[in-house]
Amino acid sequence: MSKDIRIKKGLNINLVGAAEQTTTKAVLSNVYAINLNDFHGITPKMLVKQGAEVKAGEPLFYNKNREDMMFVSPVSGELVEINRGARRRILSLKILADKEQAVASHSPLKVDPATKDEVKAFLLKSGAWPFIKQRPYDIIANPDDTPKAIFISGYTTAPLAAESDYVLQGKEEELQAAINALGKLTPGKVHVSVGSASSSTLSVLSGIELHKVSGPHPAGLVGTQINRIDPINKGETVWTVSPQDLVIIGELLLTGKFNPERIVALSGSCVKAPKYYKTKIGAEISTFLYSSGVTDDKFRVVNGDVLTGSKSKPDGHLGFYNNTVSVIPEGDDYDLFGWNKPIFNKISATRALTFSWMQPNKKYDLNTNTNGEHRAFVVTGMYEKVFPMDIYPLQLLKACMVQDLDEMEQLGLYEVAPEDFALTEFVCVSKQPHQQIIREGLDLLYKEIG
Amino acid sequence: MSDKKLTLKKRLHILKHHFRGKKMAPAFNAFHTFLFTPDETTHNGSHVRAADDLKRTMNTVIMALVPVLLFSMFNAGYQHYSAINGFPENFSVIEHFLTWDNFWIGIIKVLPLVVVSYGVGLLVEFIFAVIKGHEVEEGYLVTGMLVPLIVPIDTPLWMLAVAVVFGVVIGKEVFGGTGMNILNPALTIRAFLFFAYPTWMSGDKVWVYEAVERAGGPDAISGETILGYLAQNKAAEMSYSVSDMFWGFIPGSVGETPTFLILLGGLFLIFSKIASWRIMLSAVIGSLVMGLIFNGVVDQGWIGETSKFYGLMSFDFWQHLLVGGLAFGIVYMATDPVTGAQTDKGKWYYGFFIGFISVLIRVFNPAYPEGVFLAILLMNVFAPTIDHYVIQGNVKRRMKRLKNATILPKDSEGEEKELQVETA
Repeated sequence: MSKDIRIKKGLNINLVGAAEQTTTKAVLSNVYAINLNDFHGITPKMLVKQGAEVKAGEPLFYNKNREDMMFVSPVSGELVEINRGARRRILSLKILADKEQAVASHSPLKVDPATKDEVKAFLLKSGAWPFIKQRPYDIIANPDDTPKAIFISGYTTAPLAAESDYVLQGKEEELQAAINALGKLTPGKVHVSVGSASSSTLSVLSGIELHKVSGPHPAGLVGTQINRIDPINKGETVWTVSPQDLVIIGELLLTGKFNPERIVALSGSCVKAPKYYKTKIGAEISTFLYSSGVTDDKFRVVNGDVLTGSKSKPDGHLGFYNNTVSVIPEGDDYDLFGWNKPIFNKISATRALTFSWMQPNKKYDLNTNTNGEHRAFVVTGMYEKVFPMDIYPLQLLKACMVQDLDEMEQLGLYEVAPEDFALTEFVCVSKQPHQQIIREGLDLLYKEIG
Repeated sequence: MSDKKLTLKKRLHILKHHFRGKKMAPAFNAFHTFLFTPDETTHNGSHVRAADDLKRTMNTVIMALVPVLLFSMFNAGYQHYSAINGFPENFSVIEHFLTWDNFWIGIIKVLPLVVVSYGVGLLVEFIFAVIKGHEVEEGYLVTGMLVPLIVPIDTPLWMLAVAVVFGVVIGKEVFGGTGMNILNPALTIRAFLFFAYPTWMSGDKVWVYEAVERAGGPDAISGETILGYLAQNKAAEMSYSVSDMFWGFIPGSVGETPTFLILLGGLFLIFSKIASWRIMLSAVIGSLVMGLIFNGVVDQGWIGETSKFYGLMSFDFWQHLLVGGLAFGIVYMATDPVTGAQTDKGKWYYGFFIGFISVLIRVFNPAYPEGVFLAILLMNVFAPTIDHYVIQGNVKRRMKRLKNATILPKDSEGEEKELQVETA
């Protein structure tokens, strides 16, 4: 059965440099890194000492609060560096890859006869559990929860992001195995969404509730879809998995091996030949960045899409959840009378001498300039135009800023993740850091209540 | 940086670093960012940002005000000479209105109001920014333009200066600056003028240049506004046509008269998505409804022609929008996003009551036949309350959803057992 979702509010950010749909195998990376910032709220307990050898798929550390939740190495090699920050908090781990890859193997799990607990235990020990995230709080799912449903969005609307339809081609078997396993974890449904005109691999799977989604960004965000399909109430939990991570989970179930391979979109106006690369989680970005070539000498590498990714460098490493690397020009330059002259080359949600409304399909080359200074919230009614959820965005942001727990709860903080506020952050004339405000609000709520 | 010739951009960049962390940094930055949009880049979160900033938003409102300002400068002279020589017969805009003589009166009377308003207001803003160490915010760019347009032309400059200081300090800065204030600063300034100098600010003399000076003398001129005539039940003595009211060739506060240009400005603000069409439309509806009610009272014969309210009550309901400051207030002041209602639904209520109460005060206030600024200030105070109830609707919807939901227990609390949520 298929239910259609049509999103009207939103804004498509059309940027120059979308990845061409051809895939090249990236050069093997010498060093792989696991960035602990990818796992928000997890305190790691190391299992391997610096200098020790690990196999691919062998645990590196576990979650201090949940000893059976393992985080595994993407490759086999030597753990050469444990990078620590303030109070000896681990920031990242670096593994020098072996020439000959040795892979730790589990016995494959037959999903059909397996019980819920067996599936959970398998995912936890094999290192696939961190791919499952939960809402509220937008953190790695708590295995003790019973989610009321699981959501997977196969519709891509974020600017320059990897097209799910493309990267999932030919992965039916893995996806189906993963869906079958996830179906055991919830008494509710597994909701899968695809674009309304898509012929995605996801749409042929069984055991799912398929939704055809249409509309501008953020229609493809899983949060928008949850809000439309089955909104989260206080006390409820839903889990979300991104479709490419499903492939890894599926392969693990079928073969017993953790295969961190991914097809990554390298995109952005600073990339000479934007296209897809086959590489592994944690690989150094330069291993594929320079094969495509970069144009501008001052650019920024973003681990993820330009709305939600994190700042990185050419010698940074592909994040655990990312399948997009965007490279855009740095905008650290002044603009004479930038605040009052007519603007033709930037996107705007207004028509205040900005002319992007005249060419909705034009592709823009945006840089990282904030286009103005940070101010208090002044303008109202702008966020609502790009925010399709049944939530008051401005009021929720203010509740988070003043740390009013009751109001945060009442206004629906349980239902959102920082990424849902990426577009309101984009259009904000006061240049407020919306995603950071929401993240801090979620952390506070989790600490006090969760 | 080896070449000796530094561009302005580089010089300012060096100066910016020189001022960083110093007391005068906000003042320097205000000038710097006026010239150049800063070189700030995003950090994490959204790496790209839309083109608009607060300066652009405010600037758009100012652009919508410029035609009104220019018109008001000509009108200052036109009203002055018409009061002395009588209104020209066979009025032609080119011959009688857009003349150098008229404009000169505008230059010597209207321009000083603009200069004092901006000068004093920005000075206060700069002082506060330097003391408190925050950036100079753009809010006053609009306020400074609004203020000279909503005061009578013969307002003494020192009075204006005192009012601006009061309005900026009490109306805005004590709350924390732009974005934090409860009352519209421009209207706070107007209200201060009205209540601090009531004898000066009302009556029939301040609306036309020199009417005050000549009062009592042999060459006295009248500067009565249309609302003034109506309030005194002297509609018959009035020589203005509806078209005069629409185009704005009537006496009144400096910039409130040209309804046509205000309408254009309003359409521009709606088109550019800067101001809320909801507030404007609902305020127009509100004032029409109140006007209709009063017209109905007159039609029913409930009040006689001798009643002191008769003049204004019998005034055609739709003409209320053409005279006084109603149109100006609706377009430029009610739509202030900081002090207005902030939810889309709330904006409907907020706007409606502004229109409704404006006409109500206009008719029933014997001392001063204009109610727009009081109505907007009143609704500024109630806007958070309106928003509160609108948001409670959303909260209640969420609570209701929760009541009907069954929460699944944690695994540790036993399998497949469904807990009904307590509804406290």
